[in-house]
Amino acid sequence: MTNETTQARPVVDIAGVSKVFDARGQRATRVEALVGIDLSIAAGEFVSLIGPSGCGKSTLLRLIGDLTPPTSGTITVNGKPAERARRDRDYGMVFQAPVLFDWRTVQGNVELPLEISGTSKAQRAERAKEHLRLVELSDFAGHYPWQLSGGMQQRVAIARALAVDPALLLMDEPFGALDEMTRERMNLELLKIWERTETTIVFVTHSIAEAVFLSTRVVVMSPRPGRISSIIDIDLPRERNVETRELEQYFHLVTAVREALRGDERSAGSTDGDDDDLAERRVAAEGLSG
Amino acid sequence: MTAAEVATPAGRGGLGAGLMRGIRAWGPPTLLLVGLLAVWEIAVRSFGIKQFILPRPLAIAETWVTYLPELYAAARYTFLEILAGLVIGATAGIVIGMVTARYRFMQDSLMPFAVAASSVPILAFAPIFNNWFGLDQQLSKAMVAAVLCFFPVMINTVRGLTNVDARALELLRSYAASEVAVFRKLRVPNSLPYVFTALRLAVTLATIGAVVGEYFAAPRSSLGQYIATYSAFLNFERSWAAIVFACIIGIGLYLIVAIAERIVMPWYDRQAEWR
Repeated sequence: MTNETTQARPVVDIAGVSKVFDARGQRATRVEALVGIDLSIAAGEFVSLIGPSGCGKSTLLRLIGDLTPPTSGTITVNGKPAERARRDRDYGMVFQAPVLFDWRTVQGNVELPLEISGTSKAQRAERAKEHLRLVELSDFAGHYPWQLSGGMQQRVAIARALAVDPALLLMDEPFGALDEMTRERMNLELLKIWERTETTIVFVTHSIAEAVFLSTRVVVMSPRPGRISSIIDIDLPRERNVETRELEQYFHLVTAVREALRGDERSAGSTDGDDDDLAERRVAAEGLSG
Repeated sequence: MTAAEVATPAGRGGLGAGLMRGIRAWGPPTLLLVGLLAVWEIAVRSFGIKQFILPRPLAIAETWVTYLPELYAAARYTFLEILAGLVIGATAGIVIGMVTARYRFMQDSLMPFAVAASSVPILAFAPIFNNWFGLDQQLSKAMVAAVLCFFPVMINTVRGLTNVDARALELLRSYAASEVAVFRKLRVPNSLPYVFTALRLAVTLATIGAVVGEYFAAPRSSLGQYIATYSAFLNFERSWAAIVFACIIGIGLYLIVAIAERIVMPWYDRQAEWR
């Protein structure tokens, strides 16, 4: 492979992917979580996946991370199959819950992926320190997770994901459990980290405001079956801060994403009306408040 | 602000604060124990309760001191049985629990029996164990204690190793962790609180198993026989003195497990305090 193609190669390339959840071949429980997904993510991008519950956004993230296999199609991460990428530890993952180990200190938790990849003890300590500094938790290295607030725990989880210097960071509603104020602060911190590490981020959220504020592109998804309904480029200045949320352009983009989601709501509402509608309304309402 | 300063004299660290905490933790139960013994002593005296029904605490203490050498010899004999039973039962429980947790089919086939067996009155087998392993052998009593300890330790080991957070497993999968790494870094630490809970139970069960096992057949110089023999002679003070020794062994072993727990899992106890 020549040098040019290596540079142009996307970090994530998803082609014709579908995912069917099929409980032991029973027709009745067959759920088409995702159909016909094509998506290419370039190095250094910050891509948000947004959509109502049941649109398969988390499933798509889990497919990229090879935590579950696709039913059909191919997923390429860093130019290799997703499974190889996972085995090569090419990505870091942050879930909605911090999932820290109670028996490890903050530092020990950040060292965990390094321990598993066989990094030497001295290097482990050094890298953990460095990444705790990045998330501004250096003073808490010796604390146990339960001594920290929810926001701090999630920052530990981010430091842990970054500790292996991944080419790709996969985040599944990482700030979903935090209050609005903490969430906004975490958004700013995440952007700082993204700037400094130059990593590629795929970010699942159900907050329109968050998606627009953070991303270079927002992928709007819709349910039954889960699919990409539109992709919106976020052409805000790369340098983002508190004022970004007050830009006219920001409001336009929030409106654009909201309308893209509303379009889904209408079409979904016309086919049937189960409890998923509630989640969709919640997303729309959140957009109005954000 | 002065009110706040006055209100937190124990807030300062150091020896004084530690002593205060110690007194606060141990003071009330100690007072209660002394109070109960006093009530017992006074009640027996004032209601004229016959000594063969309930001896006075002071009389028991006197007997305890008088017969200390032979009581000590009996306690030593029984203590070895308890210790051997604990080591055999707990080790077997942990090892077999680990193997069972590893294989799904073993969990499916073994666990129902283990749970059923743990609710069987195993002590009822004591005379049979005496027959199998020798009437006057320490081994037979140790085996009763071992079987009693085995089931809770085995069951809790399996539960602790398998009852892991699915999200933590997923996290380790994202690190491409080997099964050995999952076992060492997630399953084993996760199982420790379960195993220690079982061990606390096991020390009590082992003590009961050994002493009751000795009731059926054992040399004179064992706590069980000591209690049984002097009860038969209506010399209850000496039975009570031996029971005190059995209590010391039981409580002592329990404290050792509790201390070991704090050393092995420094995160655990404090976590409970914080919640």
